[in-house]
Amino acid sequence: MREEIIVSGRNNPLIDPQLHVWHWEIPTYLFLGGLAAGVMFFAALYYLRGRENDYRTAVKLAPMIAPIALALGLIALFLDLHHKLYFWRLYTTIRLESPMSWGAWTLMIVTPVSIIWSALHIKELFPNWDWKFDFAKELIGFFEKNKKVLAWIMLISSAILGIYTGILFSAFNARPLWNTSIMGPLFLASGLSAGSAVVIWMSKNHAERKRFAQLDLMIIGIELFLIIHMFMGFLASTQVQIDAVNLFLGGPYTASFWGFVVILGMIVPAILEGLELKGYKIPVAIPVVLVLFGSVMLRFIISNAGQASRWLY
Amino acid sequence: MAIDTKKCVGCSDCVVACQTENDVPIGHCRDWVVEVMDGTYPQLEIELRSERCNHCKNSPCVRCCPTGASHYSDGGIVLVTKNECIGCSACITSCPYDARYVHPDGYVDKCTFCLHRVKKGMQPACVAVCPTKCMYFGDLDDPGSEVSEVLKKRKYKTLIPEAGTKPQLYFLI
Repeated sequence: MREEIIVSGRNNPLIDPQLHVWHWEIPTYLFLGGLAAGVMFFAALYYLRGRENDYRTAVKLAPMIAPIALALGLIALFLDLHHKLYFWRLYTTIRLESPMSWGAWTLMIVTPVSIIWSALHIKELFPNWDWKFDFAKELIGFFEKNKKVLAWIMLISSAILGIYTGILFSAFNARPLWNTSIMGPLFLASGLSAGSAVVIWMSKNHAERKRFAQLDLMIIGIELFLIIHMFMGFLASTQVQIDAVNLFLGGPYTASFWGFVVILGMIVPAILEGLELKGYKIPVAIPVVLVLFGSVMLRFIISNAGQASRWLY
Repeated sequence: MAIDTKKCVGCSDCVVACQTENDVPIGHCRDWVVEVMDGTYPQLEIELRSERCNHCKNSPCVRCCPTGASHYSDGGIVLVTKNECIGCSACITSCPYDARYVHPDGYVDKCTFCLHRVKKGMQPACVAVCPTKCMYFGDLDDPGSEVSEVLKKRKYKTLIPEAGTKPQLYFLI
């Protein structure tokens, strides 16, 4: 029998008895960032494919929630900092090895792009919108002319943002549950799923809703595939990772992970969307809310469970 | 730094010395003593370890710091520059030893090997105060230093070397 205790007493706040340094702020930001990445990705994709009139909501309307989501996410990120007045230090250096530095600089590109894209389409929402000042009109004219370049920047930067939300976790080898490169694609897929759900919700066009329901079904399939692979990878790995994944296989996070994320957040909305595609009448809000709920829960549960996982020590 | 687990008696003087020397805020600590009990009574074996930041050569905390506040100083000691730290806690989550904490003033704090004392030619506070003289501090790159000498003679281990951080605290066993 082996017993290991700290005999001198150690009760560092946020660290002991178990790491709990990241609360609601980080998962909330990761959800909002993922959602913004999702809507921006589809907007850029369908614009570049010349489908802006077929998929008007996806290209023109849905991306307007991106700057709002990003602004709220940035507020959450700011609240998470303990040394708030020094936040600008993020932008006095570029640290290629640090995922958080990548995230900060990606946001520096994604946020203005999301605002510009929304500004270009503001007349869709408010037909009487007037830019009032000549320089604003000129600026809009400039971006209108270079919209294709902007769309490419948006496509790539939103994909980086979506992947980064997962990489932030996977880069920490000290927390075995996070330490899998599947987190990047899984969080990207979850963000894309949330993005397509929002388009389904906002759209009044039947063809567009059908296309995004198909897309969402496919993405949920990919998510389930990634989750299965995550478990396979962990269970075939070292003892620390087996212990980490056991948090979801009988451990304290089992019910919440499988119940909220996998069943309510993926399988049930997938079934409902499938039934809807087959012609059954289902209120669109139900699968959409479930997908968004699953997306939020995925981030909260991975964030909390990851902090509970540690090395044998 | 090398720490003799056979000589340590677990008195926690190192912890108190550190708190006093470095003005560590109440309720926090930069070092701590771990007791590992193996076996069943009456066949028991105890190992006592005074632990702190491992000043890893491949520090995940330095790697993940988005501002460069966490850095290696000359000689390899891992330090945090207060006014570059934004308090994002990435380094805290990245440390497999949980050696860092958020200072009530907002920045992240940790063991500095008492660099301010070392620069004056003194030993770190924990080493200086140890009543059993179980700690050896010095330059591992200097083959003649006390710590290098003791590591030549004794068996030792590091903590969780499989985490790949190349920890620089050596526990003599």
